[in-house]
Amino acid sequence: MRFYEYESKALLAKHGFPLPKGSKVAHTPAEAEAIAREIGGPLVLKSQVLSGGRMKAGGVLFTETPAEAKAAAETILKLEINGQTARGVLVESKQPIAQEFYLGVTWDGTAKKPVMILSDMGGIDIEEVAEQHPEHIAKRHFSTLMPFADHKAKELVASLGITGSDLNRLTRIVATLARVFQQYDLTLAEINPLGKLEDGSFVAVDGHVDLEAEAKGKHKKLLEELGIGEDETRQARPPTPFEIKGREINEVDHRGVAGNVTEFDGTLGLVIGAGGGSLTLFDAVRKHGGDPANYCEIGGNPSVSKVCNLTKLILSKPGVEKIAVMMNVVSNTRVDLVARGVIKGVIEAGHEPSEKIAIFRIPGSWERDGFKLLEKYGVEYCDRSVSMYEAAGRAVAKMKAA
Amino acid sequence: MGLFIEIKVSPDAAKDPATVKKLSEVCPVGIFTAGGNGELEIVDANVDECTLCELCLGVGAAGSVQVLKLYDGNQPLERSR
Repeated sequence: MRFYEYESKALLAKHGFPLPKGSKVAHTPAEAEAIAREIGGPLVLKSQVLSGGRMKAGGVLFTETPAEAKAAAETILKLEINGQTARGVLVESKQPIAQEFYLGVTWDGTAKKPVMILSDMGGIDIEEVAEQHPEHIAKRHFSTLMPFADHKAKELVASLGITGSDLNRLTRIVATLARVFQQYDLTLAEINPLGKLEDGSFVAVDGHVDLEAEAKGKHKKLLEELGIGEDETRQARPPTPFEIKGREINEVDHRGVAGNVTEFDGTLGLVIGAGGGSLTLFDAVRKHGGDPANYCEIGGNPSVSKVCNLTKLILSKPGVEKIAVMMNVVSNTRVDLVARGVIKGVIEAGHEPSEKIAIFRIPGSWERDGFKLLEKYGVEYCDRSVSMYEAAGRAVAKMKAA
Repeated sequence: MGLFIEIKVSPDAAKDPATVKKLSEVCPVGIFTAGGNGELEIVDANVDECTLCELCLGVGAAGSVQVLKLYDGNQPLERSR
């Protein structure tokens, strides 16, 4: 769940990060003018959208006077950036930056640990720096099991050849950001640029924070403090009717999960899940050249009717030719109950299970009964000796052969 | 009758108030309920939700409730404990 820049900065300020002077959000040009008068001096006004590319789109403007700030705010508030209009305009003092750094903490899915990233080439895309100037980037993983130790931050900063007071100041900033990352279950905490001012102090010129969506409930107090409503999903686009219906199917029945239904344009419907299985399977389908019609996450032993309704929903989507039912090895979800649900859904949608189900690959709990069901209805299935990747390949091959 | 499961209850058990009450209590997915006349009613919409938990098999006289797996040659579910 992505935060607007002004929310990210409010979180950073709460933990002592220095921000540019002012740093207030205006919702009207008149408010921007008033804030500008309060701050004084050269200003920067930034569109508050949940999208990158603000500078290129004209969503960041520099001004000198309150009157200019009012005009700039008027322009920014009318501007659409990547389909989004601004929630407000952040008005800040323009800082005299001597050097720009990049500092980020994010989750490394491969290492299964958070990673801190620091670069002395800030203000541009970190991916670009990584590609063209890898020697200007330092990375350090840290454990989530132990309290964060400052020496980890110091090692990171020192590995870029930074010494003296910069080393001490940056160590404190890096360590604080790592702790904020852990404390609030963030998936990304980024300051880019982290500006070093002429007097040697540092300031968070721009900030970007993503909160793990599943941790929203745990951090209600923070969200309330930042003024983020409980209903705000902060997705890249509003949910489609298909996705809303998917959510309803999940919410109406407390048994198990059939959630995160996301619509795509493809022809292969997916009933997928289990401990990260959804992402793996979705990627596997794409890797084999398949064209998914949807993403979803089933698990936690959903009821037969829940799976049935999800199946019917997916099959009701125009263009869906077949569905693939695939999960990792399951323990608390029952293979036979999922099999009953999808078969029933296919039949109630007016199709033959043997025709509509490209593959059923859910090994695990109650698979003996599940496989008997699938045999009775002539559905192709496979057990755990067939990998998820291979099962996805079989489903895609079937789609291509049809 | 469901698509995958069929439940059979003997007429005597279906009329016995104590058995009807117990069946309504034990089934985790609400397959059994007491009708207006106090006799047992099977909730068709819930039959396919049967988790094969065997709890109903232990209610009333032996064999008074049968759970048939229609996907497995109409095999009756047997108590495993």
